Amino acid sequence: MALEMYLDLFSQPCRSVYIFAKKNNISFDFRKVSLLEGEQYGEEFGKINMIRKAPAIRDGDFCLAESIAIMKYLAEKYQTSDHWYPADLQKRARVNEYLSWQHMGIRMHGSKLFWLRLLIPKIMGVEVPKDKMDGALEDLEGSLKLIEEKFIGDKPFIAGEQISLADLVAIVEIMQPVGSGLDVFEGRLKLSAWRDRVQAEIGKELFDEAHQGILASQEMVKNMDSSKMQVFKPKILRFFL
Amino acid sequence: MAGRTAVELEVYLDLLSQPCRAIHIFLNCNKIPHKVKTVAIRKGENRTPEYTKLNPMQKVPVMVDKDFVLTESDAILKYLATKYDVPGNWYPRHPERRARVDEYTAWHHTNTRPHAAKVFLMEVLLPFMTGQPADPLKVERALADLSDTLEKLENMFLKRQPFLCGDDISLADLLAMCELMQPLGGGRDILKDRPKLLSWKSRVQSALGDSFDKAHTVLYSFRDRSKAKL
Repeated sequence: MALEMYLDLFSQPCRSVYIFAKKNNISFDFRKVSLLEGEQYGEEFGKINMIRKAPAIRDGDFCLAESIAIMKYLAEKYQTSDHWYPADLQKRARVNEYLSWQHMGIRMHGSKLFWLRLLIPKIMGVEVPKDKMDGALEDLEGSLKLIEEKFIGDKPFIAGEQISLADLVAIVEIMQPVGSGLDVFEGRLKLSAWRDRVQAEIGKELFDEAHQGILASQEMVKNMDSSKMQVFKPKILRFFL
Repeated sequence: MAGRTAVELEVYLDLLSQPCRAIHIFLNCNKIPHKVKTVAIRKGENRTPEYTKLNPMQKVPVMVDKDFVLTESDAILKYLATKYDVPGNWYPRHPERRARVDEYTAWHHTNTRPHAAKVFLMEVLLPFMTGQPADPLKVERALADLSDTLEKLENMFLKRQPFLCGDDISLADLLAMCELMQPLGGGRDILKDRPKLLSWKSRVQSALGDSFDKAHTVLYSFRDRSKAKL
């Protein structure tokens, strides 16, 4: 039975898993999950993944959620090149350090901006108050600064000389606000140079393919049926406004 | 002294911090030789020039192994579990069992940790720092989010097994337990009406022995001092 991957490429962690699998020639059955249409709350998906989040994989009888856990599992199972998740204790710890920090460090901020700029105005029919937007932008700025100065620093990649899961997870998160029309690379030379290196390692074609959807977001959200998205209203009120 | 090597492992901890307690417990439970450097955040000891040099993010915990500096409790625990000769259940080598621990520790960052911490922040820390009473609406909201997380812990991770990731205690249980203890600092026992989580807690405490209460003494005193103020 083939490896099944349940993905929605609008979601950052789905993109990192997709890119990782493709880059390493891991064959899988792509099962599309439409998060904005609430498919993760359906009965079928619940059988695969009790946490009801994407990405999720099913490898025979083994089901797993959380992109980081998935990529580490695949790296081990398919014996991918060491640099992705180095066996060396200290190098591995550096990768783990970034992967741990990033949940609240950048993921939260990038996601929030995407919601504030695109999805909330569409679903709620109102623009987000300026102070909330400014606050979110400030948080994102802070994160990008930390990524540039502490995590990348003077190195070509986060863990050192070679690309690892840390860079992959970082780039997909940073691309999310870009999808909402915010050019986060503008004026950030170090970050832009790092992005170019990461793109080169992944391969432009694969990178562009994975990001096609998110980069067309502005147009796509315009044409979406907001009535289908009303299920997100309570979540929006609690988290963002 | 003949045959005695200097202890090269140092950890910078504030035992009011949940991830710091997890590391403290892990080191003691597994008898890993180490030196603890206390950092009292409420006294601003994380903002000194020396500490900032060590960790520009001014956070705890920090581990220094000879000259290797590492932050993030998740990464630190996995480093220690790999480097030292600890029982295999903490961070299993078997890929599927390891994946389960990685799955929980990832989920933990956006669920257990922020939701339990927010209750403590709203109810205890902010009032302590500002002198203003807690905002009941904010506390209620924080409790609702935490309740949601507790339900997920009961119905997902602990549905058919005694510990979060299987039959034995792992890094997952350690991290989760330390977070769920935090509201106790304000005298609130969030597990008291949840028998499933209470029995999980006693299994965890049993497995950890007295390293558990030792790590929580600072939190218990904080609770007692807060109660005395009322």
